[in-house]
Amino acid sequence: MIAANEVTKRYPEGREALRNVSFAITAGEMVFLTGHSGAGKSTLFKLLTAIERPTSGSIVINGQNLAALRSNAIPYLRRKLGLIFQDRKLLFDRSVLDNVLLPLAIVGHPPREALRRAQAALAKVGLPNRERTLPIALSGGEQQRLAIARAVVNRPAIILADEPTANLDAVSAAEILHIFRAFQQVGVTVVIATHDPLSLPSYRPRILRLDKGAMSEPAHDQAAEGAVP
Amino acid sequence: MSIWLAQHLAALRDSLRRLAAAPLTSLLSLLVIGVALTLPTSGWLALDNLRKLTGDTPGVQQISIFLTLDAGKRDFADIESRLQEIRAGSWRFVPREEALKRLQASEGMAEIVASLPRNPLPDAFVITPGDAQPERLERLAKTFSGWPKVTHVQLDSAWVKRFDALLRLGKLVVMLLGILFAGALVTLTFNTIRLQILAQAAEIEVAKLIGATDTYIQRPLHYFGMLQGLLGGLCAALLVTAGFHLLTPPVAELTRLYGANFALQGLSGSDVLILAAIGSALGWLGAKISVLIHLRRIG
Repeated sequence: MIAANEVTKRYPEGREALRNVSFAITAGEMVFLTGHSGAGKSTLFKLLTAIERPTSGSIVINGQNLAALRSNAIPYLRRKLGLIFQDRKLLFDRSVLDNVLLPLAIVGHPPREALRRAQAALAKVGLPNRERTLPIALSGGEQQRLAIARAVVNRPAIILADEPTANLDAVSAAEILHIFRAFQQVGVTVVIATHDPLSLPSYRPRILRLDKGAMSEPAHDQAAEGAVP
Repeated sequence: MSIWLAQHLAALRDSLRRLAAAPLTSLLSLLVIGVALTLPTSGWLALDNLRKLTGDTPGVQQISIFLTLDAGKRDFADIESRLQEIRAGSWRFVPREEALKRLQASEGMAEIVASLPRNPLPDAFVITPGDAQPERLERLAKTFSGWPKVTHVQLDSAWVKRFDALLRLGKLVVMLLGILFAGALVTLTFNTIRLQILAQAAEIEVAKLIGATDTYIQRPLHYFGMLQGLLGGLCAALLVTAGFHLLTPPVAELTRLYGANFALQGLSGSDVLILAAIGSALGWLGAKISVLIHLRRIG
């Protein structure tokens, strides 16, 4: 489903953010991408979402090689991904419902169908009855739930989340991971980038570790250290 | 309803929402566009009215053929067939009795006419050529002069030339004004859209990140420009019509004093539609240029 092969990303000033990174993620897996700040997680996230292109190597998602993807095909790729950004990128002048309706409007769902789907997505992340609220009135955990609702409302096969538990207390972080786990259990592939080993769940998830732009894949039990239940 | 139509309707709704979100700013923009379109439209309307006024005035863009006093019905028919043959335009036969009656009806002429022992006026043809170019009129007048039983051909060629030059100058001025104000309208829309893009940079960025195509992002901005131009065009039509209603009574009075019967002609329904279409097209153009330049800087 997602395959990276010898991916290198070098920025124009010469800094090498990723070096010969290779991995494969199969459908329905839940994978944590870990590493310290500056390890290259965000760069990899940008490559996976086609915000940037690799300097060399290839990334294939659902059979599409992102390196060879034409610019006008990128939006259609992103519609198939559920993206959760580190800074959430919510629209603070729009209601909770409008934020969730945006991806549906982009795809062109009829208004009635879009409303039904948006309400279902909000219910799924535990934000029912908050439709008319502005995001600014939500707590950090609720804002993250809203970001997840927006990401899943188009029923993507893959969810990519960049630091979804950053700045959340332990309880909220556990709730967020629980939501991701629920999506994984119904067959959605989930890739979560996180710098915080404490946010890893207690079960044995697959972990891809980035260190100074290079990848290492530790054994599952290493992840359990200091994990969230 | 197809996705395409639904997205266009959504974009239209979005642009209406943007217009309504800042009513005072929108109103001022519409007024500026309205005034910008009013000036060339008024100029065009004034020229059109002037052309109609002078087109109805004898001696201007018309040629009169006066026949000899002994000309009879056979001669009239001969002249008519010649006019038909050379496709001179439209014409009207004015019998000498009718000409005398008209003269009598003219102010201060009744007594003079009554004192005449007999009708001194000849039968005449009044020709309104289809092509009113001065050179063409002069050529026709020369041709008419050579026909039998024609004693005099009247064409004030100097006045025709002056009037034609005046009309051409007027058209040029209106055209220049039109180009100038069209440029102003495009610039105004360009700037309005630039501000819209700046104000909604975050929304545009998010939309791009979650799969919006450039077309999806541009569509409501294009609609906004078009809508602003359309409403500005209608505003201009309203202003021109208001000016027309203000000017109609004094112009009618003035022409009556000169013994003419002329009523100003305002904008027709199709004129209003054309004005609105021009406004829309210019608004769309301003939006298109602005979107091309400013959206590239986001994302």
